Amino acid sequence: MAEWEPKILAFLCNWCSYGAADLAGVSRLKQPPNIRIIRIPCSGRMNPKFILQALRKGADGVWVSGCHPGDCHYIEGNYYARRKFALFKNLLEYVGIEPERLHFSWISSAEATKFAAVAKDVVESVKKVGPSSRLIKREAEVE
Amino acid sequence: MFDYTEKIREIARRLLQEKKVDGIIGFKKGTIPMMNQPVFITSPDRVELLHWDSWCGVNLANYLPKREGRIGIVAKGCDTRSIVVLSQENQVQRDQLYIIGVPCRGMLDRRKVWEVVGSTDVKGIEEGNGKVRVWGNGFDLKLERSELLQNNCVICVHRNPVVFDELVADEVEEQSVDRYGDIRNIEAMSSDEKWNLFQEIFSRCIRCYACRNACPFCYCPQCFVDESRPQWVGKTIDRTDTLTFHLLRAFHMAGRCTDCGACERACPVGIPVRLLTKKLEKDVKELYGYEAGVQLDERPPLDTYKPDDPEDFIK
Repeated sequence: MAEWEPKILAFLCNWCSYGAADLAGVSRLKQPPNIRIIRIPCSGRMNPKFILQALRKGADGVWVSGCHPGDCHYIEGNYYARRKFALFKNLLEYVGIEPERLHFSWISSAEATKFAAVAKDVVESVKKVGPSSRLIKREAEVE
Repeated sequence: MFDYTEKIREIARRLLQEKKVDGIIGFKKGTIPMMNQPVFITSPDRVELLHWDSWCGVNLANYLPKREGRIGIVAKGCDTRSIVVLSQENQVQRDQLYIIGVPCRGMLDRRKVWEVVGSTDVKGIEEGNGKVRVWGNGFDLKLERSELLQNNCVICVHRNPVVFDELVADEVEEQSVDRYGDIRNIEAMSSDEKWNLFQEIFSRCIRCYACRNACPFCYCPQCFVDESRPQWVGKTIDRTDTLTFHLLRAFHMAGRCTDCGACERACPVGIPVRLLTKKLEKDVKELYGYEAGVQLDERPPLDTYKPDDPEDFIK
């Protein structure tokens, strides 16, 4: 059987990290293919529900990336996000979700190399803990 | 603590007679032992209903959001902190309220009594001098009051009201206790241990939402558990759905929970839901130096930020 590859869901801010992902691609930087990107308008748009939903639906890891403090397109969205993430990450770890599954970063639209490096880092870290099963629902889902 | 009753009635009568308030929210004696019920009194000839003893644990601030008119409310330390949070969130205006502050020595936990006497059939209970006498079918026991306190009252550090218009008695001595011992124990566990522990804890949950309904801060017109399209939280008692519910409920309490214990008291299956809210309380305190419901003019911690907030978890 082929080696297991993780699925990682990345929520990237439209104004910075999403651009960095694009630039990394255009610059032909080598990066792992395990990352599925969802573009969000700002890291402040991230709701903890999204992270839980991703894990429930089978993502092995979640990565949220936004603009560096002070660079937010909406002035302060990432500052609020930072507080939310800090508390939520701690809470998830506290109930037993492996810390290796959750990643946060600040990447500006010019930092393509940082994007590729963090992507590699995230994938390696998730690979270490293996497939995620804790939050995946076993019974039939009622939609 | 029983002499509070007369004082509460006296204040309530005066407020209603002078038409300073439209109504008073307080407690009346329950029909069975260890259960007092909230009561709304609007006329001075009904103030005799008001009552106070060690079974007034319910957080009366739960009746405040979006209420209009002038209201008198009987409030313990934790209730006044809830009132502070509610007025920060514009659910009630401070000048609408006449807060009858009750310095509190802790409320008692009926479940602890049941456990000690080995029966839920308690016929009567009375207390004095730090002792509690419980009697019923085939037993008549004298117990230490301190051993029957609600878990949140044992580690309470705000027994006195933080805001009030009038106190019913002199302030009581505040405790200095370590609030987070159990949280630190869990934090020190491995991921697997934590997971198994919380799976075990939440496996009892029947999704009745009593913890949500008892909470004074759960006042959203539409709760996240009732949302569909997208449905963020499944409605079954599957372990994933249950954990999702508890995580999100707790997260909504981040920086707001005053540890009044309403959720835990309301839980019909005895889940220690405060383990989650207390973890958030601890983190908020450690990361942002904030304690919920103490200062009227502060903003809640998730509604504000500092440029140099800790971010060592961010790459």
